[in-house]
Amino acid sequence: MSNIKYILGHFEDPDDLMHGIDKLQENSVSIYDVYTPMPIHGIEDKLGIKRSRLGKVAFGFGLTGTITAISMITYMLVIDWPMNIGGKPHFAFPDFIPIMFELTVLFAAFGMVGTYFFANHLAPGRAPRVMDLRATNDRFVIAIDARTNTSHDQIDNILKEAGAVEIKHNERKYVSYE
Amino acid sequence: MSSHHESILREPLVTGENITYSKVTEDILVPVENKPNKAWWIGFIVSALGAGLWVFSVSWTFWFGIGEWGLNKTVGWAWDITGFVWWVGIGHAGTLISAVLLLFRQNWRNSINRSAEAMTIFAVICAATYIISHMGRPWLFTWALPLPNQFGSLWVNFNSPLVWDVFAISTYFSVSLVFWYTGLLPDIATIRDRAVGTRRRVYSILSFGWNGSVKTWQRFELVSLILAGVSTPLVLSVHTIVSMDFATSLVPGWHTTIFPPYFVAGAIFSGFAMVQTLLLITRKVMNFENYITMFHIESMNKIIILTGSIVGVAYLTELFIAWYSGVEYEQYAFLNRVSGPYWWAYWIMMTCNVISPQLFWFKKIRTSIALSWLLSIVVNIGMWFERFVIIVTSLHRDYLPSSWVMFYPSWVDVGVFIGSIGVFFTLFLLFLRVLPAIAMAEVKLLLKSSSDQAKKKLIAEKAVDSGEAEYYLESLEKYDSVSPKVAEFQKV
Repeated sequence: MSNIKYILGHFEDPDDLMHGIDKLQENSVSIYDVYTPMPIHGIEDKLGIKRSRLGKVAFGFGLTGTITAISMITYMLVIDWPMNIGGKPHFAFPDFIPIMFELTVLFAAFGMVGTYFFANHLAPGRAPRVMDLRATNDRFVIAIDARTNTSHDQIDNILKEAGAVEIKHNERKYVSYE
Repeated sequence: MSSHHESILREPLVTGENITYSKVTEDILVPVENKPNKAWWIGFIVSALGAGLWVFSVSWTFWFGIGEWGLNKTVGWAWDITGFVWWVGIGHAGTLISAVLLLFRQNWRNSINRSAEAMTIFAVICAATYIISHMGRPWLFTWALPLPNQFGSLWVNFNSPLVWDVFAISTYFSVSLVFWYTGLLPDIATIRDRAVGTRRRVYSILSFGWNGSVKTWQRFELVSLILAGVSTPLVLSVHTIVSMDFATSLVPGWHTTIFPPYFVAGAIFSGFAMVQTLLLITRKVMNFENYITMFHIESMNKIIILTGSIVGVAYLTELFIAWYSGVEYEQYAFLNRVSGPYWWAYWIMMTCNVISPQLFWFKKIRTSIALSWLLSIVVNIGMWFERFVIIVTSLHRDYLPSSWVMFYPSWVDVGVFIGSIGVFFTLFLLFLRVLPAIAMAEVKLLLKSSSDQAKKKLIAEKAVDSGEAEYYLESLEKYDSVSPKVAEFQKV
């Protein structure tokens, strides 16, 4: 038909956007993704996005930090070079707790954020894959793959009825590439 | 959900008429997207001169050694550790606002967390420079780290709070930096998508390729929540460990179990005062009156009364326990603080930290911008004296009366301290120019539920109880950013 790749429905209000998603889903139009300037609560359930597992990742990294700290301190103070400090035990566990705690937090934070950046392909210098430049400012944008959803006029109408203020037919996927 | 309306009784967090999502972006990015105004330049030049003084004084210290400071064989810690603890304490408010208030779902944090976190990072930088420069031979700072070495390996002593502190401060700094920068990504992307040319390329690199898709936001929110969850105990542990640098010693006046909670409360107290000092000026110069409202100022003043009172109770408890313990060394240490040669420092501390913040019980005072600013400076001064009193008065009269001395700072001490304030403000002013000082995405979240216009719309639609509406309109009186049209609205 045409070489339109994506249809973008622009909304000015997050509630209209949610309404638009409902309408599209009622008409069996599949949604490619939604781009918003702020987090929209409840949208994951609508789009059937699973709960993030980053919490478990953070726990795993945190535990790694705890184990790293206790093994490091035990190796250094008990095994490699035990020091007699006032005749007190080499394995002075209460004294090890502060650093075990700090390394738990350090590993959990860096591990989780690193995993997040990796999973979402966030990295310094990465070319932004932005479909519409106003989606980071004041527009709530639903992107629909125009090649799998072929009835373009119908999609336009659904979006318009749901309160879309602007509808774009883009021939390029990412406008941010120059 | 964004359509959720909060109770009309709650005071608005965003004021102004016709505030749209794009207006939020426009308003907040004014300082970033335009040439700085005269006020910024004056502030920047003065701060940069201060930073220059810091470079000179610290270079002097490195070149000639810490003998150039006013230290002597009895008083081995003075302005250096005073400055270190003061700066670390100031940093704590940023984490408290960004993490603890997030866990408690205090939405008013949304418009102040960004600049408070920036303040945290710059304050911890200032604190860290004190640590490095007080080491005497700063190029050997690696000896504080558990690195393999040619002495055995002789490892660091993990039983020492000073080693704990190395881990605590470095973890605190790096985790705060990660928390702050992750939160900045969506806002940097906003700047990127509005910019052209080189600016766009620079912000594109800084934005990490953020695009605001559903999955990015979903994970972003979870990451923020968990970072807040781990930062909350972290911030408490950091100042606890800082206090253990003193509390685990056998010096009278330091060797007390009250230190950890007392230091944490003091840290939050001084941190909120510094946030107040910075934000009252920022909101005026950058025209952020609609986002940092009187409600924010008043809330911070309430936290200042609370933490100031906790600090006051701690001071009195210390005095009581010193007497009640029956230990003559402890009793003398406190008698010496109150009435010894440094009595003036003790009473400056008492006045600035315990007495003057109580003025905030008066609503007129805590909703006055000029007085809030003035009192925030007073608290900053008081908290500096608190650390000075703890450190110097405990040391200068030790167990051996023949070595009793006074401490007199040299010009290098003064230069490093004034200079560190210059470094702090230089960094903060640069931050205001290149990054959004208010988290735009988070303020946009408040627009439909907590803004004045949303609430007024509900009142106009008669969707709320009229008595409650009246209560709401009355609460607006203290706001300096709500136009006098309120009065007319009331008649309608």
